[in-house]
Amino acid sequence: MEASRPIGRLERAALQGVMVREVVNFSSFWRSSTFSSTVDPTIYLLAFGFGFGSLVSTVAGYDYIDFVGTGIVATTVLFSGAFPAMYSTFVKYEFQHTYDAILAAPVDTEELVTAEALWIGTRTGIYGCVPMLVAVVFGLDPSWGMLLVPAIAALAGFGWACFGIFIAARAKAIESFSYWQSGLLTPMFLVAGTFFPLDDLPRWAQILGNVNPLFHCVELVRHAVFGLEEWKDAGHLAFLIAFALVSWRLAIRFMERKLIL
Amino acid sequence: MTAQETPHSAIRLRGFVKRFGPVTAVDGLDLDVPFGTCVGLLGPNGAGKSTTMKALTAQVIPDEGELEVLGYRLPEDSKQARAEMGVVPQLDNLDVSLTVEQNLVVFAHLYRVPAGDRKAAVERSLALAGLAARRTSKVDELSGGMRRRLLIARALLHEPRLVLLDEPTVGLDPQVRQELWALIDLLRSEGVSILMSTHYIEEAERLCDTVTIMSHGKAVAVGAPHALIREHAGSEAIEVYGSPARLTEVETLAQARAWRTRRTGTSVSILHGNGAADLDGERRVTNLEDVFVLLTGEEIA
Repeated sequence: MEASRPIGRLERAALQGVMVREVVNFSSFWRSSTFSSTVDPTIYLLAFGFGFGSLVSTVAGYDYIDFVGTGIVATTVLFSGAFPAMYSTFVKYEFQHTYDAILAAPVDTEELVTAEALWIGTRTGIYGCVPMLVAVVFGLDPSWGMLLVPAIAALAGFGWACFGIFIAARAKAIESFSYWQSGLLTPMFLVAGTFFPLDDLPRWAQILGNVNPLFHCVELVRHAVFGLEEWKDAGHLAFLIAFALVSWRLAIRFMERKLIL
Repeated sequence: MTAQETPHSAIRLRGFVKRFGPVTAVDGLDLDVPFGTCVGLLGPNGAGKSTTMKALTAQVIPDEGELEVLGYRLPEDSKQARAEMGVVPQLDNLDVSLTVEQNLVVFAHLYRVPAGDRKAAVERSLALAGLAARRTSKVDELSGGMRRRLLIARALLHEPRLVLLDEPTVGLDPQVRQELWALIDLLRSEGVSILMSTHYIEEAERLCDTVTIMSHGKAVAVGAPHALIREHAGSEAIEVYGSPARLTEVETLAQARAWRTRRTGTSVSILHGNGAADLDGERRVTNLEDVFVLLTGEEIA
């Protein structure tokens, strides 16, 4: 008989085990995943940059390429954070029965959700920078503040991954993703200050924008690149942290409801 | 129910109840798996076998009852129990885009095999499952039997003292099934405690020291296969073939003499058949299936 060791919550061994599974699996589909996570936002960047950029030269005091080249990070965060979390969670639950296997090992739902979201968050931190680097080619000036961008994208990515897991945990069928996507995620993605500033929108849209985590991500990234505004950005950061924490607990709560009968 | 309680059981359930809304899936189940034995959980679909299996890994939380696995109380200390046991699921949940070896490496991490022992653990499992030559094959290139062997190998990486097998040979060809039986028998001979749910009677008869027959969430019989057969079906059965009318006639006759019968499609079997010398039928040895059908009232598919 082995010496019995105390086993607690959120153990490193369990988190690591789940992440190893993710990383090894990722090695078999990283090409397609990297493609969709980086090419989509880059297309938006180029479309808006050239399309809109030919109509307006400056927006909210920024050159348009600077404005959209930084804001686009939030789009990538959504695309490589929320969407993969939604789909992979659903597929692993519904079709591959992966969670049955993992939960039969010494791993609890809390660890499972946390490790998967951490991994997606890490990926998002890296993917988030790609369209910004593309923008550099098109005239966005590099700055030291850009070094903060992976951390911001990773934090927001963790939050969105958790939110995606939460959506998947609530979904009875994959079709119900359409409601979340069209009803919530698409409007959020547009009203985030990525492609146009919120200042000129009607008051109700501005208020909605302010409770949109993507908006806070956009602002934080833009300020990191062009100069932080202490109090304001502390607020944006606090909002992102709060969003991540709330989504994290929601994801765990609803996955437990789904996985533990 | 068994009266004697083994103090050192690998699994010990007392009065386990689980309800899903209006449905009571498990209705006061007692179950013991003494260390070093193989116990079969036998029952038709919907008898509560899968719910019981899931409860042992705390994926089902009991409404009532005491559950103990390897001395740990469930669900509180389930994680510790899971660290020391292996689970072979009914539904294949291998990572299909990974190779055989990658699947094992991943689970060596999940089962917390120390870094220095991982390679050896993977090799041992590969050898045990006879998959060493297929280590670089992707799972979706394997046959059904190989996939099942890989699932077993994956559950053995951390050298568990207890293995749960949930319908280990369901959907496999007869010769592949026998291959798996040999593998399970090997584990048994090494002293691993096994709980196996199955609805293949022959499987239980061959591999299990004792079986618990479940019906509607309850244990309706517990004992060694041959003892159960003798108790409930006698040593010999007479199987009478004939037209439906003739079969009904035989059944009525048997009922009048208080003999137990079962329908087997085209025939009626009279159990405890030793006294039925006046009936013309084929004499055959009774089996666990007779007991199963008598007690659960259900035919095997």
